[in-house]
Amino acid sequence: MSSDTLEISGSFRKRLLDSPVYYSFVRNPTAMASAAVLASFILSSALAPWLAPFDPWDQTQFDIMDSEIPPAGSDGADGRFLLGTDAMGRDMLSTILYGTGISIVIGVFATILQAAIGVTVGLAAGYFGGRLDSFLMRIADIQLSFTTLMVAIIILAVFQTTVGPRFHEDFAVMIIILVIGVAEWPQYARTVRACVLGEKKKEYVDAARVIGLGPTRILYRHILPNTFSPLLVISTVQVANAIITEAALSFLGLGMPVTKPSLGALIRNGFEFIFSGAWWITAFPAVVLVVLILSINLLGDWLRDVLNPRLYEK
Amino acid sequence: MALLSIRNLEVVFPLRTGTIPAIQDVSYDLEEGERIGIVGESGAGKSVSAFAILNLVSQPGYLSSGSIVFEGQEISNADDETMRRIRGNKISMIFQDPMMTLNPVLTISTQMEETLLAHTRMTREAARSIAIEKLRAVQIPSPEKRLEQYPHELSGGMRQRIVIAISLLTDPRIIIADEPTTALDVTIQAEILELLLALCNDYRMGLILITHDLGVVSQISQRILVMYAGRIIEQGNTREVIASPAHPYTRGLVGALPEMTRPGRRLNQIPGTMPSLQSIPTGCPFHDRCSHVTDLCRSHRPDLVSGSRRAVACHHPLTG
Repeated sequence: MSSDTLEISGSFRKRLLDSPVYYSFVRNPTAMASAAVLASFILSSALAPWLAPFDPWDQTQFDIMDSEIPPAGSDGADGRFLLGTDAMGRDMLSTILYGTGISIVIGVFATILQAAIGVTVGLAAGYFGGRLDSFLMRIADIQLSFTTLMVAIIILAVFQTTVGPRFHEDFAVMIIILVIGVAEWPQYARTVRACVLGEKKKEYVDAARVIGLGPTRILYRHILPNTFSPLLVISTVQVANAIITEAALSFLGLGMPVTKPSLGALIRNGFEFIFSGAWWITAFPAVVLVVLILSINLLGDWLRDVLNPRLYEK
Repeated sequence: MALLSIRNLEVVFPLRTGTIPAIQDVSYDLEEGERIGIVGESGAGKSVSAFAILNLVSQPGYLSSGSIVFEGQEISNADDETMRRIRGNKISMIFQDPMMTLNPVLTISTQMEETLLAHTRMTREAARSIAIEKLRAVQIPSPEKRLEQYPHELSGGMRQRIVIAISLLTDPRIIIADEPTTALDVTIQAEILELLLALCNDYRMGLILITHDLGVVSQISQRILVMYAGRIIEQGNTREVIASPAHPYTRGLVGALPEMTRPGRRLNQIPGTMPSLQSIPTGCPFHDRCSHVTDLCRSHRPDLVSGSRRAVACHHPLTG
């Protein structure tokens, strides 16, 4: 698509400040709080290389002698490690900062992949209808009948055993994005298709055809923007879902490797030590994961209420 | 040679219950710069005949026979690529409801530039300046500001002006206006009609005006086609047809104009409704609503008999 639609013109700021979305946002404490939490997570994980006291991916930076040091405030705490260390002597704070970044990246990119596949399929199915529609939507049904976790477990298990652990470490992020992206596209396809079925009967589509535009242009430039509000809402849910799925996979040992842990991998990592008293290795990443998911979901809830005017009356 | 020449056009809709002829045997010519009006009730086939010209009849309808010659080229069976070059470029269309025809989520500039870029290779800046020029042509004040706005920020009359400006972008030879003023209030309606008339004269564009409002047709078009149940039943010079309608249906329409009734009296109306296209009666389709009906009308369908510039499909045309 051309760049001019994304161009932020002088009036864009004004338009944003005047919009009902912004109006509702500044009057909704839940939305503001969750946006603030989410923003701080994103920011701190993006700035992790500068914020974190240690580099958890660099094995030379931690010492096995520092292992299982409890967080500040408990007996035997070490001033260097605010949230304590894990069994390998890694600083929990640094590991969580880096891990949150990995989780968010996986969540966002898996969702983008889902959207790319799902939107294309949904647009085509809804607009052209007929056999193409039946064919594409049956594929979506089949895809949905396998749960994401099942598909992911099979693919990742096969992948790990065939390519070996070294290769897996290097490409784990991409593979997980690919697996979650492919497993969940029908959500988008169904939503977009339903919207297109409603939109394509409208006169502006006739008008676009009368203007002499081709189907691709009509679909992506005219119909797609009209389906953005439901897409935005399911996107928030899907990002949260993808992060949870990744955490679950990592918890099962199929996701991110221990050397580059995501939040899920951290939880699993500490789970072995939870009964030996080292609760912090599991607890802190778990809290971060829960708060992250909660803030995304609350933001999604608010967005759904704002973008669906029929809910205003309630 | 006429600019647009339509011969024996037939559009059918195959449905589960049978094949429905939406329009049958429609023939007319449009000269360069000529303005014609197509009049008829809802479901008479006015819009379908317009969409058929652009080969955009909605599914499952299709053009089953007839020919459409535009600028000497047969386009009734042209492929999509050829049609796309004609649509919005040489023949453009204006719809009834300007709220519905403008895309609610795109700015006016995006929608206008889109149209130009779809037909001609040019820069965005060039497209923008043409857009501004056309917005001036439809008398929109401060067009630069309007370009940055969304349809919902504009009034109904303004939106319809913008729709007209969009249809003018590529300097088309013909504009098809499908009930362009129905969704507007009366004062705006008059302005828009005047504007259309002026633009047609300035740019020497042909106009096919589709409406159910004889008043609108009489203001703009030089020639009038009256459609009933998918066929043209009368055509001729607008003034003549309205002054002395030859078909009883046309007379009924003219008589139904509020101007034809004295204040305080009930408005005249034609009894009954148009037959469903699924069960068009034998003989003249109008026979069961006609006050001049004879046995001949019930058994034989009258053909469109043309005089010099006047044609009527009636066994017993009215005179005077």
